[in-house]
Amino acid sequence: MNRLRQLLRRAVVPVLSVITALIFGAVVIVLTDLEHLSQLGTDPVGAILGALGGIVRGYGAMLEGAFGDPARIVAAIQSGKPADISTAIRPLTESLVAATPLIFVGLGVAVSFRAGMFNIGGGGQLILGALGATVAALALRTSGLPSLAILPACIVVGTLFGAAWGFIPGFLKARTGAHEVITTIMLNYVADQLVFFALLTQFIQQPGSGQPISRPITWVDVPPIFDLPAIRLDWGFVVALAMAAVVSWLLFRTTLGFELRASGFNMTAARYAGMSASGSMILGMTISGALAGMGGAFMVIGTIGQLTLDIGGGIGFNAIALALLAGLRPSGVVLAALLFGALTSGGKQMGIQSGIPFDLLFLIMALVIMFVAAPGLIRSIWRIKVMKPIAEVATVSQGSGGTL
Amino acid sequence: MRLELRDISKQFPGVLANDKISISADRGQVLGLLGENGAGKTTLMNILSGLYRPDSGQIFIDEEERVFGDPAAAIQAGVGMVHQHFMLVPVFDVVEAVALGAETVSGALGTFDRAAARKRIVELSSQYNLNVPPDARIENLPVGVRQRVEILKALYRKSDILVLDEPSAVLTPHETEELFEIIRSLKETGTTIIFITHKLNEVLEVADQIVVLRRGRVAGTADPKTTTRQALANMMVGRDVELIVAKGPAKPGDVVLTLHDLKVRDDRLEIAVDGVDLDVRAGEIVAIAGVQGNGQTELVEAITGLRTIDSGEITIGGHHVEKATPRQVSDLGVAHIPEDRGRDGLINYMSVAENYILDTYHREPYSRRGLFDLEAVNREASKGVKDFDIRTPSITTLAANLSGGNQQKVVVAREFSVPVQLVIAAQPTRGLDVGSIEYIHRRLVEQRDAGAAILIVSTELDEVLAVGDRIAVMYDGRIVGILTGPDATYENLGMLMGGASFGGAAA
Repeated sequence: MNRLRQLLRRAVVPVLSVITALIFGAVVIVLTDLEHLSQLGTDPVGAILGALGGIVRGYGAMLEGAFGDPARIVAAIQSGKPADISTAIRPLTESLVAATPLIFVGLGVAVSFRAGMFNIGGGGQLILGALGATVAALALRTSGLPSLAILPACIVVGTLFGAAWGFIPGFLKARTGAHEVITTIMLNYVADQLVFFALLTQFIQQPGSGQPISRPITWVDVPPIFDLPAIRLDWGFVVALAMAAVVSWLLFRTTLGFELRASGFNMTAARYAGMSASGSMILGMTISGALAGMGGAFMVIGTIGQLTLDIGGGIGFNAIALALLAGLRPSGVVLAALLFGALTSGGKQMGIQSGIPFDLLFLIMALVIMFVAAPGLIRSIWRIKVMKPIAEVATVSQGSGGTL
Repeated sequence: MRLELRDISKQFPGVLANDKISISADRGQVLGLLGENGAGKTTLMNILSGLYRPDSGQIFIDEEERVFGDPAAAIQAGVGMVHQHFMLVPVFDVVEAVALGAETVSGALGTFDRAAARKRIVELSSQYNLNVPPDARIENLPVGVRQRVEILKALYRKSDILVLDEPSAVLTPHETEELFEIIRSLKETGTTIIFITHKLNEVLEVADQIVVLRRGRVAGTADPKTTTRQALANMMVGRDVELIVAKGPAKPGDVVLTLHDLKVRDDRLEIAVDGVDLDVRAGEIVAIAGVQGNGQTELVEAITGLRTIDSGEITIGGHHVEKATPRQVSDLGVAHIPEDRGRDGLINYMSVAENYILDTYHREPYSRRGLFDLEAVNREASKGVKDFDIRTPSITTLAANLSGGNQQKVVVAREFSVPVQLVIAAQPTRGLDVGSIEYIHRRLVEQRDAGAAILIVSTELDEVLAVGDRIAVMYDGRIVGILTGPDATYENLGMLMGGASFGGAAA
């Protein structure tokens, strides 16, 4: 009972942040609805109704794009036709597909933040992981091994590439004091250029194409969860969930996790307690990179099937946002990633169906983060009394834990 | 009445910080405000200086009700605060630091009229015997002088109600005497002074009337001419306390800690510990007295493996530990109660249980092969909480939510949760209330009687005299004297702490 109350209290700010952001989004929809705004003088009632209709249409499309149409899903399952089921559940599975790399990178970011490292390099670590997996897949192309044998190798190599990319800033910080925010941002650029270079090599580049894209990786795939046409959701999603459990176990059940968290909160006290704070920095960053790299590997081998320059998209930065939204808790990361995944795939549908630009999604996500970062703002908007000021500080300041 | 606070109440989430507090003071009066940490002294003064608004209650200045919306309004009304932590810009000189925010300006462009400001500062300085060099840089001034600059700053703003928040915390005994002289001369010119402290001797010496706060309420008032330290202490804590630590004579055994010609550098790489020789035996408490910043911090860090030494030898129980890591030192059975519990001893955003195992988590029964046995952790932490009477809602409460005394108890409970042969306690009771001080001292004496060697570093003379079997005084990186028995007096300690030598006792 007590635990439940605690959970609810923790969820108040994030949930209200999302609601507030959606309300602000609705206001923006109305204000940018020039057609109805211009009507305001001649037909105010019609204009207002029209504008409200715009909100309903827009968010309706977003919901449908994110979750599908329940009635249709039920009907399709009853009919039992794979093609129908496929079409019906595709929006939902696409949301999960979008959430998968966010879970991986978000977990990574959470681990590094817990260790007191403000890792901005999730994007670089992810794309390096994707590169590693691509290289491994290409190297094993002619080995004649079955897909299921090549797959683990690709994931492992991708994970190691990401880990290495996380290790570098951790090591630099521990040894030289180089600030991780600077080094990880810079390494993002280095990673992009490295992948760009790799994509133009004969070994990787798609033959006959002048573009920086890799050969399509067709001889190895991540097995799909549902055996249905046009459904991309694969076991990478399940592995992402498993990783959340692993990270949670690591952080809260092992002495290693204890050291990471202690160093992240208070490096001096950790040192006084006999822990190696620099070791925790390096380890935290390496684990973080490994998780992001694993996410990249699953993308390139599984859902995308080909390495491109923009494979990471905005995942690196969104992962930072959602890790903070999640209060750096692995279970929270999963929930936040699912939300962001739903918003992303729903937003696309909204753009197509209602003409409201997809970019509104970025606005909503940005607002969510802003509100989460400023819990005082949310509390004053919703007039919530502060119960335990210090406990709140904990969830917000955990991320920077003494380094920023 | 120059100043009157009537029925001031202030509620914070979960705490009633001030509950209908009324105090008053007339011109030329020193009001001693005594109370433990968390008694509401600082809240009350923040209300007086316009930082907080009271939930209810009134402030009267010269019988006229005033409402301070911000600190500027309070300054306008003549209220000047001298904070415990000085608010001076280190690279400014005295004139600039004092005038900052209240600059006299001249000319069409409104440039700073330094000459005018300097003139007034020199006048004020000589009027109150503040003896402040107007052109010296703040960062080059000793702490005692910096404090006088703070006082000057208040006077410069024409304050005649001066609030001094724990002013002696950073001063040597001699500097404290000088401060009292200044307070007396301010008094003569009609300044009203509110002197906040938790040191009983000081209020008795300098105050005209004493108000004791406890848990946000006025616990009582006393006349310094008739009251006693014991009476004030009981009033502060709300029960009878032992001001003198009950302990038998020391029974020194084998040498546990040896320091030989130890030299250690500080963060700026200057020699901070300059050739210290010291032995601490099992069954005795050696107290290192000294004004803060004379190498004590570096000494403790060197012994506990936190700081690389320059040269010399350190042995603990016969083992050389010059190059040992903090964990290796701790594994020898060394308990370390660090100087700043918030920064070094605890992780505020971790739970009481997690803090309880902070430096023993890697041992059984807490963990095995890197995996926690959470049941054992919770069981042992609950036991520690019970044994050391730590007041906390639960073992999952964050350390940050505990009071200072209970936080320190968590540290002490943790350090004493494993067998120890040596205890290094730096400022073990800093900022604690009388009740907690009593408790921690008793625990230290218990460890001594159980056969541990104890080294206490403290800047509080009361503490050093109360618990130390031998008292070593540290000045400028050296042990300048070791006092025992009848030689150990306030006067002798004060002299040594200020750098004077004491008849032949120098080690």
